[in-house]
Amino acid sequence: MIPAEFDYVAPDTLQEAIAARTAGGEDAKFLAGGHSLLPLMKLRLAAPTLLVDLRKVPGLSGVTRENGHWRIGAMTRHAVLQDSHELGAISTVAAGIADQQIRNRGTIGGSLAHGDPASDLTTAFLAYEGTLTATGPDGPREVAATEFFQDYLTTALAEDEVITEVRMPRLEGYGYGYEKFTRRAEDWAMVGVVALVKQADDGTCEDVRIAMTNMGSTPLRARAAEDALRGRPLDAGSIAEAAGHAADGTDPPADRNASEAYKRHLAQVMTRRALTSATK
Amino acid sequence: MSDEVAISVTVNGQVEHVRVEPRLLLVHLLRDELGLTGSHVGCDTSNCGACTVQLDGQSCKSCTVLAVQADGSEVKTIEGMGTEDDLHPLQEGFWAKHGLQCGYCTPGMIMAAADLLERTPNPTEEEIRHGLEGNLCRCTGYHNIVKAVQHAATAMQSAEVSA
Repeated sequence: MIPAEFDYVAPDTLQEAIAARTAGGEDAKFLAGGHSLLPLMKLRLAAPTLLVDLRKVPGLSGVTRENGHWRIGAMTRHAVLQDSHELGAISTVAAGIADQQIRNRGTIGGSLAHGDPASDLTTAFLAYEGTLTATGPDGPREVAATEFFQDYLTTALAEDEVITEVRMPRLEGYGYGYEKFTRRAEDWAMVGVVALVKQADDGTCEDVRIAMTNMGSTPLRARAAEDALRGRPLDAGSIAEAAGHAADGTDPPADRNASEAYKRHLAQVMTRRALTSATK
Repeated sequence: MSDEVAISVTVNGQVEHVRVEPRLLLVHLLRDELGLTGSHVGCDTSNCGACTVQLDGQSCKSCTVLAVQADGSEVKTIEGMGTEDDLHPLQEGFWAKHGLQCGYCTPGMIMAAADLLERTPNPTEEEIRHGLEGNLCRCTGYHNIVKAVQHAATAMQSAEVSA
């Protein structure tokens, strides 16, 4: 399958890239690793008239630690996150994306900009309550994860903005778990759950964040399950009870792999497993 | 037609200067323009891994990379892995352990396995199966592919010790 024709530029600076994107009009697209965009173009579900490749733009890759946050360049590939074990849950989540070939090419900025509720890093970004920098012709602005995902494949990014950096709080003292249920090893999850749990000295749950893939048109927090666990002793009983609320308030779309009822069931089971891993 | 772009790609050690349409996929550059037909097109949807090559030392699915994205990069294909007289340990392993039947997936399997052994020189069976999850084989049931990679890992480790 061959994509429709398009023009291509690979500018040397961010300013040139943004200018090229703006000049290209509404059908121009930024290209990062290409592992969300190129499959859509090959299927002719997307047909941009211009691709502005970010591969030559300096300073967009790498992981650094600063003021209680991880700063992750938008062009940082999943394989780099996978190998950065100090990132904890983010590393584990990245290691579970698709397969090694995909992880070697796909980028965190591309994944977030695509805004697919089925993708792993969007969900981790929401669980961490991260922030990102969106840079456009008027300069950079900060967007919180809680405001970023607006609808299916729709984010708060303006047409001529590009993600340049992603920040995740370091969340010292949190345990984590990531569980995804797939039909085949490399598939997107039918449902995936990221759980981050901070245990207080007395063994109760001081803080918990639970985020789910594929349970709606955006990645979602399992607020009812979080509320059921916060402040409670962390044991198998309280975890199972909280996990029972994972699908509360959700309206997951059925797809070819899973009905709505099955997804609601999976959300509960994956949440219980992820919470159990996070409290080990 | 959109304007062609001049690119330079080093393929199996040889610098290639070519003009390509931006929409040309890397796998088609390799197969149709450069005549390297060892990289296969299977699913064409970045699932099956038959088109796996190494781009700057890391495995990728060349059906999901534009040739223009490889500008200035080094590409290694199955043709760059060994010769008939001097097989790469992975090629030797697939031969010795019957890691193929029809052979369609084999070049991609070997290129993915090369990345796996680079990351994990002495992998467990589980690590091999996990490391090759991006490659589909419809003949072997994978058992002999795992043995082939184990065979190669052992050979490459002992070569390193004696070197």
